[in-house]
Amino acid sequence: MHELAISRAIVDAAQRHAEGRGVEVVHVKVGSLRQVVPDSLAFYFELVARGAACEGARLELEPVAALLRCPDCGREWDPAPPALAVHEPLPAGALPPIPGFACPECDASGEVLAGEQLEVEWIEVDEPDPAEVKG
Amino acid sequence: MHRTRIRVAEDALDANQTIAAANREDFDRAGVAVVNLMSAPGAGKTALLERAIEAGLGETRIGVLEGDVQGSLDADRIAHLHVPVAQLNTDPGFGGECHLDANMVRAALAELPLAEIDLLAIENVGNLVCPAEFRVGEDARAMVCSVAEGEDKPLKYPLMFRSCELVCVNKIDLLPHIDADLDRLLANIEAVNPDATVLKMSARSGEGIEAWRDWLAALPRRVAATA
Repeated sequence: MHELAISRAIVDAAQRHAEGRGVEVVHVKVGSLRQVVPDSLAFYFELVARGAACEGARLELEPVAALLRCPDCGREWDPAPPALAVHEPLPAGALPPIPGFACPECDASGEVLAGEQLEVEWIEVDEPDPAEVKG
Repeated sequence: MHRTRIRVAEDALDANQTIAAANREDFDRAGVAVVNLMSAPGAGKTALLERAIEAGLGETRIGVLEGDVQGSLDADRIAHLHVPVAQLNTDPGFGGECHLDANMVRAALAELPLAEIDLLAIENVGNLVCPAEFRVGEDARAMVCSVAEGEDKPLKYPLMFRSCELVCVNKIDLLPHIDADLDRLLANIEAVNPDATVLKMSARSGEGIEAWRDWLAALPRRVAATA
């Protein structure tokens, strides 16, 4: 659901850097803690890009796994974010897996080292050849 | 034509963050502490604000910014309590957005008597997903989770639960009538956000309202102390 708003933000950032040139590819790093559904983001991206410099551009998503670190004991771990219920219905009576944001060792609250990215890493744009500019 | 790769390395929400920072500066200059109050629709954000205001915030002068897709039902409720209130609708001009962003709040700044208040409560659009992504210039984030929503919600919406320093567990008066497991709800909140302050309350019975009222009333002092 937040994918619509996120696609708008991605398209805006890409167009600002494209400075009027047509955009062919937009490469975005997405941390697993952002709970972005890739198909949904791709769907909205295409809609939002219509009629703008990003129209028809390919959206490349690079997933980034989550990593937490305990400020007390230094242990690092992946909190294994919960699977989205829509994709994997749980058996009746089963509880969803609990992500561990507290240190499995000493229970302190973990610092996020990775997994919260939502970063437009690079874009590819069409650049006119020098000859074309002269002509 | 040839293709050129341009390095961007920019958080997609940077543009929003920039405007949020500008809002925050304006709030700081006016000496107003801001709480961004979020929840699913119907969890009780407006009712809890009403109860806190009725209970009395002491010397803290509160103002409220109501965010909704449509209508002014919530702002009308707050206005009855004789505190400054402004309504922000995301429907006209903002594409019916399901959350407030920094730019929308910026557009509403002129309607808020910042010089006359110490605390601004921004009631976000009811939604457990999108509002978590967009800072609006707040000092603190708080959320309401009603027990009727089910104990699994922190696990399904960890982004929201992790972004808030206070979780108001509302509608505890309903516990005898529903299957929700309060202990499991509290354990799930603890699992996704071990640092959160959790307050149990009922807007209907009034139980636990004092602690929530005290948290709100103390926010301006707390913000001033860390400035």
